[in-house]
Amino acid sequence: MSAAGVAIEAEGLTKSFGGRKVVDNLTMRVERGRIHGFLGPNGSGKTTTIRMLCGLLTPDSGRGSCLGYDIRTQQNEIKRQVGYMTQRFSLYGDLSIRENLEFVARIYGLPRPVEAAREAIIRLGLDKRAEQLAGELSGGWKQRLALAACILPGPALLLLDEPTAGVDPKARRDFWDEIHSLAAGGLTVLVSTHYMDEAERCHEIAYIADGRLLAQGTIAEIVARSGLSTYVVTGPDLGALAARLKATKGVDMVAPFGMALHVAGRDAARLAAIVREFGKDAPQQWTRGEPSLEDVFIDLMTHIEARR
Amino acid sequence: MIWTPQARASLGRLYAMFVKELIQLRRDRVTLAMIVGIPLIQLLLFGYAINADPKHLATALLVQDDGPLARSFIAALRATDYFDIIAAATDETDAEKLILSNRVQFVIEIPPDFGRRVIRGEKPPLLLVADATDPTATGGAVSAVTAAAASALDRELTGPLARLAQGPAPFEVQVHRRYNAAGETRRNIVPGLVGTILTMTMLIYTALSVTREIERGTMESLLAMPVRPTEIMLGKIAPYVVVGGVQMGIILIVATMLFGVPIVGSLFVLGPLTLLFITANLSVGYTFSTIAINQLQAIQMTFFFFLPNMLLSGFFFPFRGMPQWAQYVGEALPLTHYLRIVRSIMLKGSSFSDLTSDTLALGVFTLVAMSVAVMRFRQTLD
Repeated sequence: MSAAGVAIEAEGLTKSFGGRKVVDNLTMRVERGRIHGFLGPNGSGKTTTIRMLCGLLTPDSGRGSCLGYDIRTQQNEIKRQVGYMTQRFSLYGDLSIRENLEFVARIYGLPRPVEAAREAIIRLGLDKRAEQLAGELSGGWKQRLALAACILPGPALLLLDEPTAGVDPKARRDFWDEIHSLAAGGLTVLVSTHYMDEAERCHEIAYIADGRLLAQGTIAEIVARSGLSTYVVTGPDLGALAARLKATKGVDMVAPFGMALHVAGRDAARLAAIVREFGKDAPQQWTRGEPSLEDVFIDLMTHIEARR
Repeated sequence: MIWTPQARASLGRLYAMFVKELIQLRRDRVTLAMIVGIPLIQLLLFGYAINADPKHLATALLVQDDGPLARSFIAALRATDYFDIIAAATDETDAEKLILSNRVQFVIEIPPDFGRRVIRGEKPPLLLVADATDPTATGGAVSAVTAAAASALDRELTGPLARLAQGPAPFEVQVHRRYNAAGETRRNIVPGLVGTILTMTMLIYTALSVTREIERGTMESLLAMPVRPTEIMLGKIAPYVVVGGVQMGIILIVATMLFGVPIVGSLFVLGPLTLLFITANLSVGYTFSTIAINQLQAIQMTFFFFLPNMLLSGFFFPFRGMPQWAQYVGEALPLTHYLRIVRSIMLKGSSFSDLTSDTLALGVFTLVAMSVAVMRFRQTLD
């Protein structure tokens, strides 16, 4: 029934809470063996989508499949083969690391739960903390434990909901190295995040806002499709310049980046004219730049807000 | 004035807390309903149900004389509102069986040739066999029997026999208090406590189990794992069956060593039936925890269920002394059935076969509670 190369397929997924459409007619597709980034502002419907995919929420309408199983009718099969890492730590705080992992191993019916848990502990370098209560761990360790619990049963698909929120950069980097080595082994990963550097580590990206999918594809594709032309401005008085640019029609995005200002617009000719005008007799230097993924997302978000 | 700025600031903070608590309370509909519901319902329920002066007690007759005097006596017995004659025993073993299986509280035995011996002035005995495992309920029985017999004699002994009706009664009421000859209330209360204590502890253990997972946020992970509602339920109940077994052991040891309450029956009967009762209460607690949305609600539901168990089960007041509707409510509570079971086994030595209906009731109760819990269990976060 399902294409062998597709891990997640969703069509027209819709979910409302209290009359508000949290996910609105969402269609997406994730290839097997890919790391798929799931981006969007807070409250855009990322968590709700992930929960529908793993059978924790029932969609109001639309259809979808995970690993070829229907998300409405085959939740039990999905649960057996999908590892879901919740946004909030949701293992047992009053069980030790080892006890939590053994619990998971037994629930999934692994043949040798005690050994499986011990191997997972060693693999993740948690062996010195095996007897520590999970509730007493720091954020970074909790996250490693949660990931260990997710991959312990050997799932074919990982759904990670903001796994690195509140985790320090070193731990984040280790985490992503782990994700990449898992994907290299054939695992599919759908990971939601707010961090642009993490988005750039994904094979593909889906960007949603207000429950709607705004962009999907590889980074290069999304940047190319945005049609943004971008300039980088350096020099004095950037704050005042930014305020003037924002009020100018034809400038779609103005965002400060350190000592520079990124200015972007969809209409390249019009923006070029604006640049010529602002650059005349001005102390700032204008140079042509490549739009970054962040430029694209900020532009998308600005458009959404303007439409509201 | 004494209103220093510090005091005013403190009062302001106190007020902030007060307002916050009120808002939170108002959002919790179930708790709000319980604030009014618990006192109102419980008061009405128990105000009407509790009756320390029992009437209509189940009675069996063992009649070995069918003369007019005996028949008149039976009619007089039926006319009292103290006895409800619901069975006729064919012989002594049959009568014994009726008491052992808790079908009747009393057996009234009219010996052979009762009427003739009265007329002969032999003062024959009227035998009142009482199940004294519940001594309060037996209190008024002797006078009720005496009054019934006297009124029968008044009616039957006319003409030349009228002289017998005067002076001291021409018969003698013999009371056999079975299973608790001294009528000690302790023998009634201590086995009852086994059931009451177990009800309270077991309910609380499981009532918090699901709400705790929800409040701690662990439910989301659990639901994402391939574990079925029935498995979650049985896995959460099973450890406490063991805990309940340990508690039963402690209570029984204290009951026998400290209070001197005997265990007449077999521990091999009491053990399994107690475990069944423990399971019944654990399932009720678990059901509450699937309905409640937080731990406070779960605890309130537990109390709401616990009070009728205490008051309508026959623990505090004789079960048969309650109005009929209250007895129907009582029949739906596990403690009612367990009290019959534990008192019968400990004091009378009843066996499994004497207790089939109460055992069955506990089993049905457990199954219904578990089914409700499995149906109520929310498998998704919708």
